[in-house]
Amino acid sequence: MISFFTSHSKLFDQLAINALLALSLSVCLQAGQLALAQAAFMGIAAYISAILATQAGLPLVPCIVLGALGSTLAAMLLALPVRGLRGVFLAIATIGFGEILRIVANNLHITGGGEGLSQIPADANTFAIYGALIVVGLGLFGLSKTKFALAIALTREDETAARGVGVDTAGVRFWTLALGGTIAGIAGVLYAHSNFFITPADFGFGRMEQILVACVIGGSTSAVGAVVGSIVLTLLPETIRFLADYREVTNGAILLAVVLFAPQGIAGLWQRERRK
Amino acid sequence: MLVQQLVNGLVVGSVYALFAVGYTLVFGVLDILNLAHAAIFMVAAFTTYALVSVGVPLWLAFIGGCALAGVVGIALDRVAFAPLRKRNAGTLIPLISSIGVSIIIGAIARGIWGIDEKHFPVALGDAPPIHLGGITVTAVELVTFGAAIALMLGLSYVLRATALGRNIRAVAEDRIAAVLLGVDLEKTIVMTFFIASALGGAAGILTGLQYNSVTVDMGAGIELKGLAVIILGGMGSITGAVVGGFILGAVETLSVAYISSNWRDAIAFGVMFLILVVRPRGLFGKRALRAA
Repeated sequence: MISFFTSHSKLFDQLAINALLALSLSVCLQAGQLALAQAAFMGIAAYISAILATQAGLPLVPCIVLGALGSTLAAMLLALPVRGLRGVFLAIATIGFGEILRIVANNLHITGGGEGLSQIPADANTFAIYGALIVVGLGLFGLSKTKFALAIALTREDETAARGVGVDTAGVRFWTLALGGTIAGIAGVLYAHSNFFITPADFGFGRMEQILVACVIGGSTSAVGAVVGSIVLTLLPETIRFLADYREVTNGAILLAVVLFAPQGIAGLWQRERRK
Repeated sequence: MLVQQLVNGLVVGSVYALFAVGYTLVFGVLDILNLAHAAIFMVAAFTTYALVSVGVPLWLAFIGGCALAGVVGIALDRVAFAPLRKRNAGTLIPLISSIGVSIIIGAIARGIWGIDEKHFPVALGDAPPIHLGGITVTAVELVTFGAAIALMLGLSYVLRATALGRNIRAVAEDRIAAVLLGVDLEKTIVMTFFIASALGGAAGILTGLQYNSVTVDMGAGIELKGLAVIILGGMGSITGAVVGGFILGAVETLSVAYISSNWRDAIAFGVMFLILVVRPRGLFGKRALRAA
């Protein structure tokens, strides 16, 4: 058992980082915001921490703090101009934001251009990564017990009605986007410090699609769903290796099947069983 | 120099416009963002390449590629969108299922054709370029531009002057009213997908011919640029998609010529972001921003 974990430790690290990313999007989706800049926030923090670690020799914890601070500020800056956008319009604007940042990273000297940055110290071990996941998980659990969580759910279900009963929906939208930026930033720093090198392509639209898919197949409006979705999406390619040649087709088919037959996601199926 | 760049921009823009017209047609009729449109773009290019390789004349292979793209589009609707329409699944879920279909199409294409770049065996690029008062146009550029314009004019005719076009416009305007007035909704949607996908496929074939290169991930670039175009023109507006495509083509070639090719795509997305923030309904979008 232990040897299984050590031989697959890379996979387990990846799993927790993917779960953090899915949680960061889930916070936005819970407030009804289809904001698709999580990969960009992740990248901002990853680059900040990579530069701090390689050039100033900063250890992991301050890297996480400063990286997440940077991505949070970026999320707040993005939240202001897009505050009037809803649905697919918000999705497209945030995708555009992500693409612009990716191209900027591709062209700047400090980010190493298309080749990215390498020799990032690999100091984010499994304990650090799961520690961060547990802290974020507990934080979100604590948040779910507050009145703010109710305001988030109300904003998602009916923004006008939420305003009618006195919820500051603009505030809800702003702070969920910012919090999403923080969590994505933490994931980005951990990603950089467990992968040795990063390139702009790591934080492009492909990554964003993965995060979105994990959230939706798990269940788009719950944190549990986000984690379940990441587990399925990370482990699925490993467990169906025997289908090697058909692996991608199977991935796509499972995604379709969940969307078509389990509207509330995989976590939703389990809740439905429990209610019976 | 400037005129030559604008001519190049027209050619690039005509392909963007053709791709975006299909994208925006589906959005206009169904209010969904079809992220499998770029996969269909790629499938059509490969189909035409495969047909030409076995000796089918290019014009026939072009039609074959478009037809298959149209059929794939119908299959896409039946598998990924029709079941969701029945339960009013909103906008997020169809977006995800279209990603699922595009993963499947990409995997199948990789299985059949592999990951290597393919070249057309026909030597369209070898035809001598045409010089006209200091401007140079290659034969392939002329064919691309001509075909794209002809197809868009054809679409405009179908939408304006046929019963099918009337039905499509009626459904886009108000789905419930259209059904009450006797429009066959599912049939109209199926035809919309056929037309939109065939046009997207044509854009893929023309792109493949123009650069004489067909690859499995050739759709990745245009997928997001197509979004920029339809935002610029106004979501759901055909005229907007055409004008937006030409504007993006011109802006891109000019930015490559006068600024730097490295920043070309950043400019496209910068314009898109600005339009969304300042004027979300774009240049030609009539509808106000909705909570769609």
